[in-house]
Amino acid sequence: MPKWDVMHGSRAVAEAVRLAGVDVIAAYPITPQTHIVEDTAKMVADGEIKAEYVKVESEHSAMSVVIGACGTGARVFTATSSQGLALMFEMLFVASGMRLPVVMVNANRALSAPISIWNDQQDSISVRDSGWIQLYVETNQEALDTTLMAYRIAEDERVQLPVMICMDGFVLTHTVEPVEIPDEEDVKRFLPPYRPKVYLDPRDPMALGPIAFPNIYMELRNEQQKAMEQALDVIRKVNDEFKEVFGRGYGNGLVEEFNMDGAETVIVTIGSVAGTFKDVIEEEHPDVGLLRVKSFRPLPKDDLRRALSKAKVVGVLEKDVSIGLGKGALASEVRDVMYGAGRQPRILSFIAGLGGRDIGIDSVREVISRCKKAHEDGAGDVHWIDLK
Amino acid sequence: MTLPPGGVIREMGSTRKSRTGGWRSERPIIDMEKCIECGSCWIFCPDNSILVRVEGSRRIYSVDYDFCKGCGICANECPSGAITMVLEEK
Repeated sequence: MPKWDVMHGSRAVAEAVRLAGVDVIAAYPITPQTHIVEDTAKMVADGEIKAEYVKVESEHSAMSVVIGACGTGARVFTATSSQGLALMFEMLFVASGMRLPVVMVNANRALSAPISIWNDQQDSISVRDSGWIQLYVETNQEALDTTLMAYRIAEDERVQLPVMICMDGFVLTHTVEPVEIPDEEDVKRFLPPYRPKVYLDPRDPMALGPIAFPNIYMELRNEQQKAMEQALDVIRKVNDEFKEVFGRGYGNGLVEEFNMDGAETVIVTIGSVAGTFKDVIEEEHPDVGLLRVKSFRPLPKDDLRRALSKAKVVGVLEKDVSIGLGKGALASEVRDVMYGAGRQPRILSFIAGLGGRDIGIDSVREVISRCKKAHEDGAGDVHWIDLK
Repeated sequence: MTLPPGGVIREMGSTRKSRTGGWRSERPIIDMEKCIECGSCWIFCPDNSILVRVEGSRRIYSVDYDFCKGCGICANECPSGAITMVLEEK
C-alpha cells in the first residue's frame, strides 16, 4: 500500500532511490543537497537499500564512479548542487557521450562568486549543452515521482541518456510537504530491473568510451541529438504509464498547462515558482495562463509552439541569466522556438530570484502586471524583478 | 550510418586499424651501418613503432610507418647518430 508522510524534498528523493532498487550510489555532500547524501547513506547502512555506497573525495569522482558502475550494467544514483555540478562538468559529457543512463538529482543553487548557498537555477542551466536530459520539478512529490520516471526514461533503448532531476534548493529540498510514498510492488511493476544489452564484462570484452577520429565523432554527436528527440516521446509515454500505475502525472510529462484556455497573457516558467504563479492566477488573474516547462532538455518545441501560438504576450520567468546576452536562457530559447511559428507573441524575459532572493506573491503580481503593460510605450523586453 | 550507442567497440585490438602514421610530417630513417644495436630507439619510442628482428647475430631495427607519428624522439636519443628525420613529401 502507498503511505502518506510529511517530509523534506531531499527525503522524498531518498525514498525514490530506495524504491528504484539502485545498485551503486556515489555522492559528495554539498548544501542544499546534503540530506539526500545522508538519507541514502543511512538507508544503505540500515540495509533498506541493497547498494554499494562509494564514498568519494569530490563530485568529479562521484560522477566518475557512477559512470564506471553504470558501464557494468548497474543502476546508479548520485546527487549534487552548484559548485559540485560545476566540478562534474568534464564527466557530464562523458556520461552522455557514452550513452549511460546515469540518474542524478541536482539541488538548484547559485554559483560562486560571490559565494551563495541559496537557490537559483544558474547551475543546471549552465550545463544545458552537456547532453543530459533535464527535468525540473515543482513539488516534493514530483521530485520523488520524477526520480522513478527518470530511470525508465534514461534506460529506454530509444534514449540511453543520463537524466538530471533539477529541484530548487531549500525551496524544495528543505521544505516539508505531504508526500505519498508509492507501494513497492507498484514500483516494481512500473520500473523493472535494468538489463542493458551491452555492458562491461570480462568474459565478453569491449571498449567503452574509445577515441573517435574525425571520420566518426560528428556522427556520434548526431546520434545523441537523435536520442534526445526520441526522448520527447519516451518522456510522454513514461508520464502516461506512471499516471496509470500511481494515479498522478505532470502535464504531458514535458510541459504542464494551467489555465491556458483562451489566455492572451501567458507566463512560462520552470521549477517550484510555478506554484506561486498558480495561486496568484487562481485568485487574482483568471485571464492569465501558465505554461510550466518540465523538460528543458529535450526542449519540447512543438508543445511550446502549440501552447503559445494564440498568446499575445508571453512572459518567461526564470532564475538564471545568460550574461552577455542579457536575458534568461529559457526566454531566449522560447523566442527561438516561436521564430517562424506564424503570429509572433511579444516575448519578455523576467530574471528573478537569483542567489535565493524570494519570489513572493508581490513579485509574481509585478511580473503579471508588466506583461499586461507590454504593449505600452517604453516597455522593455528584459525585466530584472525586485532589483534594488 | 548506423553506429552502436556511445561508439562502443566490440572488436578487440581494433586500434590496429586506425593507421595514425598519416599524422607524421617527418619520417625517421635508420642507417643500419651506423646502428650499434643498443635498443635506445625501441625503449624510448612512445608509440611502440620501432620494430626489431633478429638476423643471424644482428638485431635489425626498422620503423612501423603505419603508426610512427614522426616525433623524432628516437633520432634524438640515438647515441650513434644512426637515425635521421626526413621531411615527408607528398
